[in-house]
Amino acid sequence: MNWIFGDHVNTDQITPGRYNITTDPNRLGAIAFIEARPEFHEKVRPGDFILAGENFGCGSSRETAVIALKACGLQAILARSFARIFYRNGMNVGLLLVIADISGIEPTDELFLNPQKGELLNRTTGDCRQATVPPMMLRFWEEGGILSYLSRQGLDQLSFLISGG
Amino acid sequence: MRQTLSEKIFSRHCGREVCAGEYVIASVDLVMAHDTTCAWSLGPFSQISDRVWDPDRVLILFDHAFPAPSVDAASLQARIRHFAKEQGIPILREGVCHQILAERFVNPGDLVLGADSHTPTSGALGALAIGVGSTDFAIAMATGRCWFLVPSTIRLELEGELSPGVYAKDVALHIAERMGASGGTYRTLEYGGETVRAMSVSDRLTLTNMAAELGAKAGVVGADRRTAEYLQAMRPGYAVPDLSLFQSDEEAQCEQTLQVQVGDLPPLVAQPPDIDRVISARELEKDGVSLDQVFIGSCTNGRIEDLALVARIWQGQRLHPDLRVVITPASNQVYLEALSKGYLELFLNMGATVTNPGCGACLGRHLGVLAADEVCLSTSNRNFTGRMGSPSASIFLASPATAAASAITGKITDPRRFLA
Ligand code: SF4
Repeated sequence: MNWIFGDHVNTDQITPGRYNITTDPNRLGAIAFIEARPEFHEKVRPGDFILAGENFGCGSSRETAVIALKACGLQAILARSFARIFYRNGMNVGLLLVIADISGIEPTDELFLNPQKGELLNRTTGDCRQATVPPMMLRFWEEGGILSYLSRQGLDQLSFLISGG
Repeated sequence: MRQTLSEKIFSRHCGREVCAGEYVIASVDLVMAHDTTCAWSLGPFSQISDRVWDPDRVLILFDHAFPAPSVDAASLQARIRHFAKEQGIPILREGVCHQILAERFVNPGDLVLGADSHTPTSGALGALAIGVGSTDFAIAMATGRCWFLVPSTIRLELEGELSPGVYAKDVALHIAERMGASGGTYRTLEYGGETVRAMSVSDRLTLTNMAAELGAKAGVVGADRRTAEYLQAMRPGYAVPDLSLFQSDEEAQCEQTLQVQVGDLPPLVAQPPDIDRVISARELEKDGVSLDQVFIGSCTNGRIEDLALVARIWQGQRLHPDLRVVITPASNQVYLEALSKGYLELFLNMGATVTNPGCGACLGRHLGVLAADEVCLSTSNRNFTGRMGSPSASIFLASPATAAASAITGKITDPRRFLA
């Protein structure tokens, strides 16, 4: 299932301030879009995608927004663009955020994402398009987040990663 | 090499000359988190360290929901308190984090990392202050360093003199309308030009604060004489460094330069639920937008200059009886000054509610939560659906002057008729 959203989805919509007073990922998963899209947290299934327009995740720096969406078992969020802090947070917790043109994709289309190749295949329509995942995003996602990387490698190793190594 | 202020500050903190577009690991001067974002950082922190890098440079502030309004909030705060005690870090409870950073901690040329999206605020002092999430905060708290992409700079050249009744907040809303809610993403917004040179630091803080609403990584104003005066007033005995170091070079490479003529701007209002749905207060006045609550406060506009303006407009007036007017000074210092100048007495005598310093109603957790279908005019920076309470409530954003005028009439009102 593909959950389709518009432009400028903000983190107050994803985890509203009044519900967001916990560090428990499961409790956070249960409040994802609780007011903006109340059916989301009941119906979302592991492997689903969120498809959105510009500036997904704008607003507050709350990391609960990415933790909540990760806890829902999303395969990835595909958007035309992401807000800066949200994108960093996604990298840090290992939630796959992919820059792609999502126009024309229907909620029930069956999507196959290959992040290593940077390809998004729509099995329902046969359409194949570019899905951008920079090397750092890919690496942290494969590691399950920046912390597992750091606890093995340390911060200095990061300089190799960020210089493209 | 000619450098922007962003590039200069990153170069100082990387130990080599760096330029926009480079990925770097930089050391930071200060890291900051508050009663919610700090709680989320404790788990990540424990995965990589058990001691903070430097307890004197880790600031934990309780401001978002303090004193705790619920058992959940109290429990998170108890966990943070326990952690802070273990690490030897004091917890500051004297107002909104960004205001306290500007008043007491941030110096020109500093690189500051804050677990809050409005961290760019203290960039008004010629520093680079960047908002991050709790994991990045945890990494910086453990190591004193973090990775960054050195941002390119969009320069905003503000020209002209503001008309009476028009303030920095109106300029910030005008810029938001012009650039859109993602117009600054990944960039440093640098505010300069004759208008900014003439502005107080308080007004500059309003501009850099609102840079966050455009998605910017940082908002900066080059340090100058006014920066020095502010720092000396806030921190007696402050030794002012050579401020010429904390400016962009004249021929530095900016991605873009935008001229902003401010002379003809009227008082403006952002309509819900977006920062860039901007319209003049006069236009909205025609529609007769009735209000249930007016909120004056936040890291955008809760400073003494803001409260002074409200007090001036309210002299000899009455507040609309159907309205709740909630005033939250940004810090204890603002509160005490407003007390000694008689503003708080005036506000209370007029029937306004004055709360303890902090974020107050801005984030919809306490001290002025909105009911279904209510309408609020706020001097804060975010009018997202559900931000201040019920998702069916509406939030309009404006300057303290527009808020003060509207508190008298009970409707969104152009402040100029009360300033004649
Ligand atoms: S006053 Fe509002 S915008 Fe500022 S730090 Fe507090 S919650 Fe955030």
